Amino acid sequence: MRPLADIEQRLDALEAGGSGPDAAVALVELGEAVLEHWVHARDLVPTQETREGFRLLALHRQGCTDDPSFNACRETCRELAYHHNLVTSDPLHPATAQRLTMMTLVARHLFLFVTGKMQVAALGDFCCASRPIRQQVEPQQTG
Amino acid sequence: MTTAKDKYQKVAYYPGCALEGTAHSYNRSTQEVGKALGLDLVEVKNWNCCGAMEVKNIDPKLQTYLSSRVMAIAATEMKMDVVMAPCNGCYHNLKKAEYDLAHDPTSVEVVDRLSQKAGHATYEAGQVETIHALDWIMHGIGEDGLKQRLKGSLQGLKVANYYGCMYTRPRHIFPEKDKGPGTESTSKPHYMDDLLGAAGAVNVEFPLKTACCGGAHTLSDSDMSTKLVLNILRAAEAAGAEVIATECPTCHSGLEMHQVRAEKKFGQPTKVKILYFTQLLGLALGLSPRQVGVHENISDSLGFLREKGIA
Repeated sequence: MRPLADIEQRLDALEAGGSGPDAAVALVELGEAVLEHWVHARDLVPTQETREGFRLLALHRQGCTDDPSFNACRETCRELAYHHNLVTSDPLHPATAQRLTMMTLVARHLFLFVTGKMQVAALGDFCCASRPIRQQVEPQQTG
Repeated sequence: MTTAKDKYQKVAYYPGCALEGTAHSYNRSTQEVGKALGLDLVEVKNWNCCGAMEVKNIDPKLQTYLSSRVMAIAATEMKMDVVMAPCNGCYHNLKKAEYDLAHDPTSVEVVDRLSQKAGHATYEAGQVETIHALDWIMHGIGEDGLKQRLKGSLQGLKVANYYGCMYTRPRHIFPEKDKGPGTESTSKPHYMDDLLGAAGAVNVEFPLKTACCGGAHTLSDSDMSTKLVLNILRAAEAAGAEVIATECPTCHSGLEMHQVRAEKKFGQPTKVKILYFTQLLGLALGLSPRQVGVHENISDSLGFLREKGIA
């Protein structure tokens, strides 16, 4: 999996100078990479399936398993897919640069939302190191 | 047959805790807009906290009870059949309680037991209809009715309408939404856009209108909240908005406070103004900035509103 720090750096780079359909594709891939972290931290294998043509949307659906609150980023994912379609279907449109700017901000929101939620849920990068310790201690406490 | 328009002329008003504190300007502007539109609000007697996030996290059934008590008072003591809650958290929790009491026997049992212990009538699902301030104005007055009552205009003010995450989620507790033309959408809400558009605003395309404001992180990780808010503010500005219109006190105070913090802590200033939709509607209805509580907001929008010819 792509480290979260790398994802953030790539978002910064695309915000500074991304252009054209390649940037739109890259932003969707970054969105997928963010969702992979959430899915993986919940001990699931990130799906390779697609939904409405997007793995991003399939990963979001998978991320909602047993956690409907994850639907709070459903529209963020859908906006990312929508802007991808706008940019790739008509790359010469005069609004393409504006659409990519907006798409980068949407992708960043997904990144921030998911990483924040991982912190709250005490999952993933932020506490993997402590998880085995907790797993050893908790049975003794409850026993 | 009684229509929504008839029912919403006089409703039980549940301001909730936030509107008596940080969101007093929302409380003030909602009541003033109601008066200007000829809609009656009767405050729920002896209301209590809806259970918010704090109680819900400890015991969801206790939150269901607390929300049900508000509805029980409106239904049985006040004989009202509509409760209007302008706060997204309160609105969400009352709708959730309504859903649980219609579908979950355990919730019914717990609410009945606690209501008897507290000495008031048990709320039964269906006794009242809970609505948001947006529903109240949209269905009680409507866009055409609003236009007829305008004494001013929002003068082409460019607005990003921000609904937050609780107004439409989870979808199953809002059975009246997504019913086609004229109803609210859970994926692309538009009532605020419609009302402010009718009052003369130009609504910008804003892809983060239902995104998370980071309210839940405010105490545990303020930097994360600031980054989420900053991203919303930057998206609104990139969309060409001069103002972000809000309809949730948690989102609103978060946007205002973290706008200040983003500049102080991260050196990232933004200029977009943040106002409750009721404040904007009130100004278009000819109310003064003071009447709609512009002076009670954290950020100072008065000079900007005067410059635009709105105040």
